[in-house]
Amino acid sequence: MEWTYNDVARAKSAVRAEKMIQPSAEVSANKNMRKPNQWEINMPERKKEEKIIEIVNVSKVFDETTAVENISFYVRKGEFITFLGPSGCGKTTTLRMIAGFDIPTSGKILLNGKDITDLPPNKRPVNTVFQRYALFPHYNIYDNIAFGLKLKKVPVTYVNDRGESYTKMQRLTRREIDEKVRNALAVVDLEGFEKRSISTLSGGQQQRVAIARAIVNEPEILLLDEPLGALDLKMRKEMQIELKEMHRKLGITFIYVTHDQEEALTMSDTIVVMKDGCIQQIGTPTDIYNEPANAFVADFIGESNILSGTMVDRFTVRFCNRNFRCVDDFERNEKVDVVVRPEDVVMCPPEEGMLVGRVVSVVFKGVYYEITAMVGRSEMIIQSTQSRERGDIIGMKIEPDNIHIMKKEFTTNKYDGYITKRNTVVFGDGEFDCDVTTLYPGSALDEEGYLITADGKKLDLTDVDVSVEVDLKNIEISDNADEGGACGHIVSLIYKGDHYQYIVRTEENEEDFVLDSEDLWNENDFVSVKIRPENIRLKLKQEIQ
Amino acid sequence: MTRIHFSRKQLCIPYGLFLALFVVIPMLLILFYAFTEESDGAITFTFANFLNFFTSKAKLSTLLMSFTIAIISTALCLIIAYPVAYILARSRLKKRHVLLMLFVLPMWINFVLRITALRELLDLIGLLGTQNYLNTLIGMVYDFLPFMILPLYTTLEKLDNSYLEAAADLGGNQFTVFAKITFPLSMPGVISGVTMVFMPSMTNYVVSDTLSNFNITILGKLIDEYFTTYNNWHMGSMISIILLVVIFLTMLVTGGFRDSKQEARGANLW
Repeated sequence: MEWTYNDVARAKSAVRAEKMIQPSAEVSANKNMRKPNQWEINMPERKKEEKIIEIVNVSKVFDETTAVENISFYVRKGEFITFLGPSGCGKTTTLRMIAGFDIPTSGKILLNGKDITDLPPNKRPVNTVFQRYALFPHYNIYDNIAFGLKLKKVPVTYVNDRGESYTKMQRLTRREIDEKVRNALAVVDLEGFEKRSISTLSGGQQQRVAIARAIVNEPEILLLDEPLGALDLKMRKEMQIELKEMHRKLGITFIYVTHDQEEALTMSDTIVVMKDGCIQQIGTPTDIYNEPANAFVADFIGESNILSGTMVDRFTVRFCNRNFRCVDDFERNEKVDVVVRPEDVVMCPPEEGMLVGRVVSVVFKGVYYEITAMVGRSEMIIQSTQSRERGDIIGMKIEPDNIHIMKKEFTTNKYDGYITKRNTVVFGDGEFDCDVTTLYPGSALDEEGYLITADGKKLDLTDVDVSVEVDLKNIEISDNADEGGACGHIVSLIYKGDHYQYIVRTEENEEDFVLDSEDLWNENDFVSVKIRPENIRLKLKQEIQ
Repeated sequence: MTRIHFSRKQLCIPYGLFLALFVVIPMLLILFYAFTEESDGAITFTFANFLNFFTSKAKLSTLLMSFTIAIISTALCLIIAYPVAYILARSRLKKRHVLLMLFVLPMWINFVLRITALRELLDLIGLLGTQNYLNTLIGMVYDFLPFMILPLYTTLEKLDNSYLEAAADLGGNQFTVFAKITFPLSMPGVISGVTMVFMPSMTNYVVSDTLSNFNITILGKLIDEYFTTYNNWHMGSMISIILLVVIFLTMLVTGGFRDSKQEARGANLW
């Protein structure tokens, strides 16, 4: 079975979204069942539970490509929520579906509990600030901002001669429009710009007009599609603070789309991290940064060291050949991804360090130095205000709090290996027969053991570094120690319904072979590992000169 | 071998010569003829041709006729072409380029052949000889429609969709979006289309002659008659100049000379 990143991500996002929705559902159910007690009555309406918009199982397919795949989440009233992700992750499509420019292929969008899935954009109480502003070039600033106001109808109550009051939908008067436009211009700091034409404005000013044009309509939700993307860095920083300030003052819900993680962390109350049309994680900026849900989020938000580890005991994880105390608990012997932020690695004298490594690069980054050290075969990035020299041996300490552990799902074993003189491959503390001609399509071996490529080049593969992949199902174990390429003890077995999953660990370098088998073995059995040559996938680490 | 370098100025010389020979000098000649008359071999300066044109009822009614036919056929072209261009440019049809080609294809067929064919067709349905005005209008519209569709199509196709989305987002329904955003932003295309149809409709007398059995005279025909039948180059030149002024004024009114910035946004073919 080929495992894809998406499957896990989808499972996770579904779990996460469920978690988020459940509590509020419970609360409302409880309210219906019993009378609220005094304490509850005295509590002001709990803002947190007011869902302004809810996305339920929404997917969007364009032609044959899926832009958004079965996402569910909700936005609280007054919240500043950010969709964050690399380009093509579906964040803009999601925003466009909320705005009404795109209609979901399946699923529902609820606004204040009402289904608005098929409502056209002009019927929705939301306004958008477009990526390229989309200011109307044939109107001046006043007319751009007043565009929405002139179309708007508001209920006005009259009293007729018999003293009965009645309500009529009416357009705003010229005076009201004037005043609202002036106010909006004041909010964005462009007083007195009414008569200017759009083409005379700088990028930053156009940006402000675009915001004014949207907020002047007093929408329930303001949608912002990478609004700062076209501005230079300094301008962007200023606008970030201003937007945050505007959000505080106006009190309306902001839904923001960006690919800039720093922007998201700075401005948002809640961040929705997306990738390949799926939600990876929903949380506050602190949550997302400190407790990334998976390796993708950890990698996308800030810098991180992602290492492979194994849970060896309760609250104990083993990576870089050493056990660490940690605060997350997973099942024993579970393979995990360990995420350590570079600023959480503390340098110390080698004898005091939990890890010892050799410095391979030092880069000055202004506020700190970025130091890369090799610990065995793993790379560790450290951010520190102290500098080190290349070649220094340093110790490193990591607090248990700063070790973030994520479940790792795997179907393949990955190793670093090298080719021998006999055209076998060495990895995982063993030597295995393999088919080296797979490295070059159409190649063949000659009598002397040299590889002849399809275009006739003669290559010596001896000691060439390769990465090796073997699927779980393609590893067999045997109790004849001489039969296989490597030997080790079974350190873990988990029954998975129709088969057992074993981890065989070698003695010398503690290399693990993860495999699925229907046969029953016992823990601590000493076995050898057999892999058929055609099941060993080789890949060159770099081109051979 | 030495390489020959041309400066930009030198490269302009052939075009300058061309302009002088085929534009400036002919224009001056027309002006000269228009304001002179010849009696017994002596050429004298005069306003007589000018006064003659504006006092002759026949000539004035020809001017009015040309103007009316040009305006009506331009309007018809615009009304027919706009929806076509809009649908072709804004739809997601995969074969829209083929459709556009079909609309433009008649332009590649010989003009006289097309008109003759149309004449036969009108004869067949019994319009020929009875509906001279209608026939002339049908001919003009049939002939000049592609010149209206093309610039409209290019402008509408280039129109940034986010303007329309923004207008809808701000509360505009489909009609408002069209009236306040799409149409105003397609004005450069409208103007160039109008100009390209209006000018030939004022003068293309092959259409009116063929389809009205010489019953409708437009300015182009009048000019032709003065140069060929009456052999009066002076009057012919005067009518030419008046036609030129009329077209110039029309363009001023429709905004064909508006600031270059707007033209850069649109798709002017001329």
